[in-house]
Amino acid sequence: MSTATAALAATGQEAALRGRKRPRRSSGRAAGTAWAMLAPAAVLMLVFLIVPIILTLSLAFTDARLISPRPAEFIGLANFTRLFGSSAFWHSLLNTMIFAVVIVPVQSACALGLAVLVNAKVRGTNFFRTVYFLPVVTSMVVVSMLWMFMYQQNGLINALLAKVGITGPDWLNDPNTALFAIILMSAWQAMGFHMVIWLSGLQTISADLYEAASLDGAGGWQKFVHVTWPGLRQTRTFILITITIAAFSLFTQIQIMTQGGPLDSTSTLVFLAVRTGFAQQQTGYASAMSLVFFVLVLAVSLVQRYLTRDKEVTR
Amino acid sequence: MKSLKKLGVLGLAAALSLSVVACSKGGGGQATSTSTGTVELSMWTHNAGNKEELAAIKSVVSDFNASQTAYKVNLQAFPQDSYNQSVTAAAAAKKLPCILDIDQPNVANWAWAGYLAPIEGMDETLSKFLPSTVAKYDGKTYAYGYYDVTLAWVTRKSTLNKYDIRIPTIDQPWTADEFMAALKKLKDSGDFQYPADLATGWTGEWWPYAYSPLLQSFGGDLINRTDYKSAQGSLNGDAAIKWANWFAEMGKEGYIAKKSGSDPSQDFMNGKTALLWNGSWTAVPTRKKFGDDIVFAPPVDFGNGPKVGGGSWTWGASTNCADPAGAQAYLKFAAADKYVAEVAKDTNNIPATDAAAAMVPGFEEGGENDVFRQFAKRFTVMRPETPGYPFIATEFEKAAKDILNGADPKATLDQAVTNIDDNQQQFAG
Repeated sequence: MSTATAALAATGQEAALRGRKRPRRSSGRAAGTAWAMLAPAAVLMLVFLIVPIILTLSLAFTDARLISPRPAEFIGLANFTRLFGSSAFWHSLLNTMIFAVVIVPVQSACALGLAVLVNAKVRGTNFFRTVYFLPVVTSMVVVSMLWMFMYQQNGLINALLAKVGITGPDWLNDPNTALFAIILMSAWQAMGFHMVIWLSGLQTISADLYEAASLDGAGGWQKFVHVTWPGLRQTRTFILITITIAAFSLFTQIQIMTQGGPLDSTSTLVFLAVRTGFAQQQTGYASAMSLVFFVLVLAVSLVQRYLTRDKEVTR
Repeated sequence: MKSLKKLGVLGLAAALSLSVVACSKGGGGQATSTSTGTVELSMWTHNAGNKEELAAIKSVVSDFNASQTAYKVNLQAFPQDSYNQSVTAAAAAKKLPCILDIDQPNVANWAWAGYLAPIEGMDETLSKFLPSTVAKYDGKTYAYGYYDVTLAWVTRKSTLNKYDIRIPTIDQPWTADEFMAALKKLKDSGDFQYPADLATGWTGEWWPYAYSPLLQSFGGDLINRTDYKSAQGSLNGDAAIKWANWFAEMGKEGYIAKKSGSDPSQDFMNGKTALLWNGSWTAVPTRKKFGDDIVFAPPVDFGNGPKVGGGSWTWGASTNCADPAGAQAYLKFAAADKYVAEVAKDTNNIPATDAAAAMVPGFEEGGENDVFRQFAKRFTVMRPETPGYPFIATEFEKAAKDILNGADPKATLDQAVTNIDDNQQQFAG
């Protein structure tokens, strides 16, 4: 969902830029058609995005309950005071941060590695492209269940480790390894998607550039550093932002594999908000969490966009 | 001209948003009269995914519809996973069905929220039901169920004899010392992956259902039941701390898995564990595997008597029904022993009344399943009948999990008590 939002925001900006350059001479008829075309998407966005955001904003300052005979009452900042005083919140925030900080470089680097591999002009690349993409089209719920079995103390992973003489930990039930185990599995699952994005980026780089580099006597690594990497600039920004936002909204794996445990070591902001809002029926408090989460993601995305802005355009 | 266009566009947008709304319509419904004067009553159940139970309920409904001409009940089945959300959403839209089934621990919450109408004039009938199948809140009866389930230690005579462990009886359950000695023996033998299995791999309602009776057997409780206002002293008093230390020790000593497999009865049948703390529903597969060797032992007495949980799915009427008399008529009709027996039989659960038990093979007095009925009758402690229960359940699950994983028992329980007390405040006055 948030990925889609970011993409929408990005295309929106581009559209705005383009719009400014063109002279405005659209007739009333064209405008009407445009509005009609816009309506389905606009209505959906309004109903499923804008309205919930506004509701969250207002519910966060009330004591609204999921099930209650009493109407919600305005309670000011009480939800936020409680939130910032809750150790579960800080744990979850920290876990979310660790998850994002680790998974962004790991996942994008691995995906780039895969993309370069399957971009090679050898037989059977399509087969590998499909194989690497398979986890992406598999439901996260299914993937989580499978990895849960693999991570068991006597599961596949520990059996493999035992072959090389390592006694594996009880991955998901040890506070020291649980988050790491989830990071690993999440990176594996989503890698294929970003591989495809990198791949599309790689294929936009003109073969002439490589040819010219070869003529200049550049080796494989030099070509990568001086041709491939600069050529992937736009792709890089997109991947950075989408992985970050996806990382922040970590939920499914946690819900299925660990339920935030052991000892809050895998609790995340979204998991905490869902648990509070649905299982614990505290809609108002959960809205406050979501609001903090929203502000956090917005801030991080803005910072990223600023840091990765296209300096040519802004000048 | 331009404004007309705008209007058109707005109209289109409005139509689209209406169609979105229309999608969410349908489903629920109230009592409606047909041309013949028969009043139609809608009825919801959670067991779309449970063939046997659904078929049994369907036959009750068709009997009711055939028995009179004033009312016609229309049954609609939901998958269990989305059932509670459907009811909550229907309540918000004032579209609850006339009759619905409710998981017993939710009854107080829904009654308080005004979803449920009290059941009137059935006191005599319901006095014959197991107390754990009659859901009450604030002195009124809101729902009753056809069956209950209970908990037991599932084990084998041959195992107990081999390790020289006494076979407990309902009058002489294991004491705490006996139980711990037995665990040690089983552990030291090295024959089992874990001596016992509490099904710690399950999540959600299982935790309060299965482990709060252990807490109560130590003398603690989820909340102080005199006024349901505070858990202070109940969930963090000396008895509760003793329970917490015991629970943590079970994990630390390797007597139980901190997170057991997803199918504990399978592990038990495969000989990975010797003692299984589980529900009466394990009787069918384990008995099939071990025959007469199987033992369903009573809960351990940790000092305050043996305890088991109680309460399963129950039936009640909603406050949205246009013809409350119709809903009450159905509930009266459906409470007959015959139907109790039918539904309990088809679901392999404990029939709610004595008369029905006599009709269900295995549950008659002295039958092979009679032991579960006796446990339910003698040892049941209901989950607290307060609207705050769903919250208490999540807090207890988290606290118990943390304690099992090595968190400080006192601090963890204190935190849970603070949270529960804060949440209970809204129900006062």
